Amino acid sequence: MCGIVGLFLKDKALEPKLGEMLSGMLGTMCGRGPDSAGFAVYGAGESDEVKLTLRAAEGYDFSGLAAKLGDGADVLQRATHAVLTVPSADEAEVRAKIAALAPEVTVVGAGSRMELYKEVGMPTDVAVRFDLAKMAGTHGIAHTRMATESAVTTNGAHPFSTGLDQCLVHNGSLSNFRTVRRNLERAGVTIQTENDSEVAAGYLTWRMKEGRSLGEALEDSLDDLDGFYTLVVGTESGFGVLRDPIACKPAVMAETDQYVAFGSEYRALAGLPGIENAKIFEPEPAKVYFWDRAAA
Amino acid sequence: MNASTQSHSFDLATAKVRDLNAALHALKEGSNASLWRVSNPRGLHALAAGLDAPVTVEIDGPVGYYCAGMNKQATVIVRGNAGVGIGENMMSGRIEVEGDASQAAGATAHGGLLFIRGQAGARCGISMKGVDIVVGGSVGHMSAFMAQAGTLTVLGDAGEALGDSIYEARLYVRGSVKSLGADCVEKEMRDEHKAQVFEKLKAAGLEGQVDPSEFKRYGSARTLYHFHVDNASAY
Repeated sequence: MCGIVGLFLKDKALEPKLGEMLSGMLGTMCGRGPDSAGFAVYGAGESDEVKLTLRAAEGYDFSGLAAKLGDGADVLQRATHAVLTVPSADEAEVRAKIAALAPEVTVVGAGSRMELYKEVGMPTDVAVRFDLAKMAGTHGIAHTRMATESAVTTNGAHPFSTGLDQCLVHNGSLSNFRTVRRNLERAGVTIQTENDSEVAAGYLTWRMKEGRSLGEALEDSLDDLDGFYTLVVGTESGFGVLRDPIACKPAVMAETDQYVAFGSEYRALAGLPGIENAKIFEPEPAKVYFWDRAAA
Repeated sequence: MNASTQSHSFDLATAKVRDLNAALHALKEGSNASLWRVSNPRGLHALAAGLDAPVTVEIDGPVGYYCAGMNKQATVIVRGNAGVGIGENMMSGRIEVEGDASQAAGATAHGGLLFIRGQAGARCGISMKGVDIVVGGSVGHMSAFMAQAGTLTVLGDAGEALGDSIYEARLYVRGSVKSLGADCVEKEMRDEHKAQVFEKLKAAGLEGQVDPSEFKRYGSARTLYHFHVDNASAY
C-alpha cells in the first residue's frame, strides 16, 4: 500500500515548523505502511558545501570517522545516520576516502541542503529516532513503506536519492523496472538496491543529467515507466508530483497561501494549519505538478 | 449530548469511529434518534458505514474511505470532501456530498441516491447496479465502467473511457465526454429520457436550475454481451 506525504512551504514563517508538520503527516500514514519509513528535509546549507548523509550500524562512531577524514569534516550524528558537511570541491575525494576507510558506511544522500534519513520499524518510531519534529526547512517528503517489490531492509526504505539534492518517494509498483534499470546502467547510472522505486529515482536523475528540467523528466517518465506509480520528488528548490495515467494509487493535495501539501489520504493533511480553507484536489492522472521556491 | 431526544452529537476528536458506527447500527426501525451530528471526521475511514435505519447523519467535514458504504434507508450528508468509495454498495437511502468525491464513488451500488455537489474522481459508478448518481461537477476517467443498471447524471464533463464495457444503465452527461469506452455509444435523447433527467435532478434538489434537454445520453451498444472472437480487440 505505502503512504506518501510531502510538504512545500511558501511562507517563511512556517519553516521552523516543517519537521513538526511533516512528522505529524508521516505518523498518520503508519497504517498504510508499517515496515519502514524515511524522509528527506531541505534545510539550511551553503552552495559551496555538500552535506553527505551517512548511514551505518547501530552505535557506529561517526566522530571517529570524521577524525580520520581530517580537517574541515564537520559531522552531526542522529541515531544510525550522520550528516557530514564538506566543501563541494572535496566531495569526490571524501567519498573515495569513506569507501576506503569505512566500507561499512553507506552514503544515502547528498546535497547542499538535503538531508535524508530512513530505517526499518514503525514510522512514528523512525521519526522520533531521527528527531524529525525539530527539523526546520523549506520542503520535505516522507514515506511509510509496505514492501512489495523488495525486502524489508533499510536499503529498501524510501526516499531514494540518486543525484545531488534529488530525492523520490513512490507508492505503487513498476512492471518494467528491470528493463529500465538495464538501460540506465548502460547509460552509466548506478542503481544500488533491488528496489523498483530506486529505478524511478535513477531514471529522473538520468533525464536531468541529459538536460531536462524536473518537470520535463517527469513528463518523460510517463512514456518510459510502466506500472502503477504516484511519485513525489524533491530538488534543491522544487517539489513535484506525478501519478500514472490510470491513477491507481490514491493521492490528495492541499494548497493554501502558506504551503502545498501532498498525502496519500486526506487524513495525513487533516492536522495542517488552515486546512479548513485550503484548496483540496486530487492530482489528475498523467499530469505533472511542480512547485519551485524561486517561483513561489 | 444535544438537549433534544431526537438528536445526538458525536465528536470524533474524542470518540472512536467504532463507537459511532456501533451506536448507529444499534438503531431500530422507528427510533426517535433520527438526527446524528458528527464533528471532526478528519478524513477517517468507514464513517456511518453499514447503516440500516431511516436516520439522518450529518458529518461536518471531510471523510475518508468508504463513508456510508452499504447504506440502507439512511440519509448521510457530508459537509466536505469524501475519500475513495463513498456509498460503495449502497442499497437504498440518500448520500449527499457537499464537496468533491474521490475515486469509485457509488461503486457496485444497488439503489438509493448518491448526490455529489462537487467533482467526482475516476471510476465513479463503477459496476453500478441500480443506484442513481447525480454529480454537480465532472466525473473522472472510466466512470460507469461495467455499469449494469441505474442512472449516472453528470452536470459537468466526463473523462476518458466513459461507460467502458457497459452492460446497461443510462448515462446522462451535460458537458463534454473525453472519450467513450468499449461498447458505449451515444443514444437518442427522447422525451422519456428528458423526463428521467428531470426526475433525477429533482431528487437531488436541482430541478429548474438546469435544462434536461442540455444532456446527452450514453449507453450500451450491446455488442459485447457475449464473447465473440471478432470483438476480442474491443475488450
